[in-house]
Amino acid sequence: MILFHNVSKKYGNEYGALESVTFTIPQGEFAYLIGPTGSGKTTIFRLIIRDLIPTDGSIMLGEWDIIKLPKKKIPVLRRKVGVIFQDLKLLFDRTVGENVMLPLLFSGVNESEAKVSAQEALAEVGLGESFDKFPIQLSGGERQRVAIARALVFRPEILLADEPTGNLDIKTSQQIVDLLRAINKKGTTVFMATHNESLIGGTDRVIKLENGKLVEDKNKKHEKAHASHKDSDVKHTEKPETKKEEKEK
Amino acid sequence: MHLKTVAKYIRRSPYQAISALMIMTLTFFVITCFAFLTIISVRLIDYLESRPQLTVFFSESAAPEDISALKSQLEQTQKTVSVRFISKDEALKIYQQQNKSDPILLDLVTAEVLPASLEIQTLQAEDLSSLVPIVKNAQNVEEIVYQQDIVDKLISWTNGLRIAGVSIISILIVVSIFVILTIIGIKITIRREEIEIMKLIGASNWFIRTPFLLEGMFYGFVGALVGWGLSYGILLLLTPQISSFLQGMPVFPISYVLVLEVLAAELIIACVLGVFASFMAVLRYLK
Repeated sequence: MILFHNVSKKYGNEYGALESVTFTIPQGEFAYLIGPTGSGKTTIFRLIIRDLIPTDGSIMLGEWDIIKLPKKKIPVLRRKVGVIFQDLKLLFDRTVGENVMLPLLFSGVNESEAKVSAQEALAEVGLGESFDKFPIQLSGGERQRVAIARALVFRPEILLADEPTGNLDIKTSQQIVDLLRAINKKGTTVFMATHNESLIGGTDRVIKLENGKLVEDKNKKHEKAHASHKDSDVKHTEKPETKKEEKEK
Repeated sequence: MHLKTVAKYIRRSPYQAISALMIMTLTFFVITCFAFLTIISVRLIDYLESRPQLTVFFSESAAPEDISALKSQLEQTQKTVSVRFISKDEALKIYQQQNKSDPILLDLVTAEVLPASLEIQTLQAEDLSSLVPIVKNAQNVEEIVYQQDIVDKLISWTNGLRIAGVSIISILIVVSIFVILTIIGIKITIRREEIEIMKLIGASNWFIRTPFLLEGMFYGFVGALVGWGLSYGILLLLTPQISSFLQGMPVFPISYVLVLEVLAAELIIACVLGVFASFMAVLRYLK
């Protein structure tokens, strides 16, 4: 479950990227995050993986309070949440297989086991034959699939996809969305940012942002979870430690 | 995994790796040279200290009875360990032994030109002062040589050498640390994007730091090995010349065990140095 409660994020003193954003995404849901460029979609994902610290509010990821999370636990959090980055963030001097193996190696899995898991993940996204290729040898859609395989390789409970169809044609975009839906059907929560509203189905959960504000939360299925969190009156103020961390960033 | 990464980092920037290796090699070449010089000088001092502390050379006119009388007088003081008479013939034998490789020198010298002498070793160095007046007042004494003067001079040279060595080595160590720190710093900066990606997908700080620390250790290890090898090779090449210069003083051979101990100590120091320099770079550039 992902829970945002009155989350605000300001860059410097002036520009507010997010303003009092509150939503809950229950475990196993497929949710879209939509909004124009600069509306705060990427900021939300960066907050979830503690790449940023909110100026105000609280963020929970299952049992984990993201803001209170000790610094040394951040890598563990990032291995719990699979992320498909907008710019993919693949390492171009490593093979596709090595890219996918990386998160497993970070967790101490030995190389041969990591190789097997990476091959499985690549097969799952339809790139079983591309293990030894370099990302530069692949098409845009295939690279996107490599990024998905890397996010999936350690079987995360939550998958964040930041504009995974951004630079793809309609057909490939639909294939990527179908792939994410298939992953979601296996129980993984999928939270996908997009500005391509044609990909969204009529019954899909849609969270819409505009200028850092949540303007619409359509087909919300779990109002109760959201309400109960509100009642718990968890007030999180900015901590000196987190302010310092952000300064370092 | 980390070793593969280290190999890749080194392969991709060979000139930086060569610079780091060269400075480490230079540092450990100098360290090894000073280590060998120290070993040689300590052996030299030990040898000279074990030699008679006072040698009395007699003139041509000295009669055996005079020498014998002086020997007895010295022994009666009970301050000597030994008083050994070296006749002209024995002096020639010693001379021939020391110069056996130089036939010209051997042909030039006969027993007649070498003086007879008494080699005196005292119980304690302070006893010398009470023996010197006896020797000085004896008849037909041509020259008195105090071994302690030579030892003192050698100790003073060795101390000077040690101070110079420590100074030069300190400077080289500081330079090595800064060179490795800078090189690792550059590598971290070049790989900033890769490091950022690795952090975002869950790499711990130590996972990212380890290859850089191992790279520093590699520079230290290889630099020390090459520096030691060069220095030891030069020592082996120069051994005949040094032996000849020291005129048979038993300084060589330096045992293999001692040489390997020097190597082991240097490898440990070099690895610590490399890791320390890399760690400084990691702290500075990888926050």
